[in-house]
Amino acid sequence: MPIFPLSIHDLRFAPDGREVLAGVDLELGEEGITLVLGPNGAGKSVLLRTICGLLEPSAGRMAWGGAGGARPQQGVMMVFQRPMMLRMSVLDNVALGLKPLGVAGAERRRRGVEMLERVGLADRAGDSARQLSGGEQQRLALARAWLTKPRLLLLDEPTASLDPSASAAVERIIREIRTDGTRILMVTHNLGQATRLGDDIVFMAGGRVCEHTPVRAFFARPRSEEARLFIQGELPWRMRFQGA
Amino acid sequence: MSAFAATFSDALSLLAHFDHTVLEIVALSLQVSGAAVVLGTLIGLPLGACIAVGRFPGKTALSVLINGMMGLPSVVVGVVVYLILSRSGPFGALGMLYSPAAMVVAQTLLVVPLMAAITRQVVEDVWARYAEELQVMRFSWWDSVTTLLHDCRHSLVVAVLAGLGRAMSEVGAVMIVGGNIDGATRVMTTAIALETSKGDLALAIALGVVLIVIILALNALAYVLRQWAMRRFG
Repeated sequence: MPIFPLSIHDLRFAPDGREVLAGVDLELGEEGITLVLGPNGAGKSVLLRTICGLLEPSAGRMAWGGAGGARPQQGVMMVFQRPMMLRMSVLDNVALGLKPLGVAGAERRRRGVEMLERVGLADRAGDSARQLSGGEQQRLALARAWLTKPRLLLLDEPTASLDPSASAAVERIIREIRTDGTRILMVTHNLGQATRLGDDIVFMAGGRVCEHTPVRAFFARPRSEEARLFIQGELPWRMRFQGA
Repeated sequence: MSAFAATFSDALSLLAHFDHTVLEIVALSLQVSGAAVVLGTLIGLPLGACIAVGRFPGKTALSVLINGMMGLPSVVVGVVVYLILSRSGPFGALGMLYSPAAMVVAQTLLVVPLMAAITRQVVEDVWARYAEELQVMRFSWWDSVTTLLHDCRHSLVVAVLAGLGRAMSEVGAVMIVGGNIDGATRVMTTAIALETSKGDLALAIALGVVLIVIILALNALAYVLRQWAMRRFG
């Protein structure tokens, strides 16, 4: 089932009447890494959860594959800020992603070993996943998602709370996943990371997409006032004083 | 020597000499309660996990019902099982009444709600943390249940131990459906009750000591295993 282009029109999410997404419009093509930036409460994580089907939008529509298609059953994965680490070995945790796809146990483990080599965790295959460091756990989570060969990978602040060296390792894997042909939509608060990783930026504030531009253009000439203030580090303060 | 001390001395003598009656009663108790706990584990743990993971109308009411049934009076269960297995009951033709099998049925009915309720609570907490990721990976409802049961296995030892404790210490239901027949359906709790009423306190205390030692030993073993598993798997 085709996934791209993914067209999102007037997407709204308003639990208990409070609008978290207030009419999001977004077009995603087939390639690249799109970074979602914005202040806390802008609706970034909710947008990702809505795209992957964890949240049901209050209104609006998502057209998958360009012809108004429904959400595909496979091909969309998401990695969270605090990934799930089951009480089993690193290898079993990685191979778990293939279980719903009906891949046999031995084949799951074979592919899991290959994937662990790609993310630099092969020597930890037999260890308990819960004994890994935060950075290693995030690499494991990326490996688990990558193993399913997703067409669209949603990343919700995967390097939040990681040190610079662990963040760099995670960023390297994200680039490899992109090179492997996976489209990536990633939320981050790290502006340096956005310049290093992103092809384009979706800037959100107040539940709306304020602008969607290439990375260089975003940082050189932000089109929206909200984006300009955010880059200068003033938006959260300004929004608070204005009661936004 | 006081009567109290003499009774204890006689009880310890029975244990030291591996009294045949004591051993026979202990063996049957372990068989009946062990079978009930195995059945309770096979039914109660998946049931509790299904309630935790499932989204269906009446989920809250079912959870309250299961919690309430944790304190189910054992004599009530005994009477119900008695009626079901008696000659005129729906399963009377099986001829199970006054047999160890009837006692296993009664004890299973007692431990299933307890084990299911504890499992529901344990799995629900983990499900709250993992639900999104399992849904994103397109885990089916049943795959989620089995995955979470496996992940919670160390914590669920508590549910199994609680079930074992309930089964081994229960007296009312097995007395009614087993009949406390010497050499056939006499278990530790019914024997203790009978011997006390007869005034043979030495045998009652000997069985009581065995009962307590078994429960303490199993709890200690479970604690050690859980500590090891937590160090190994986190």
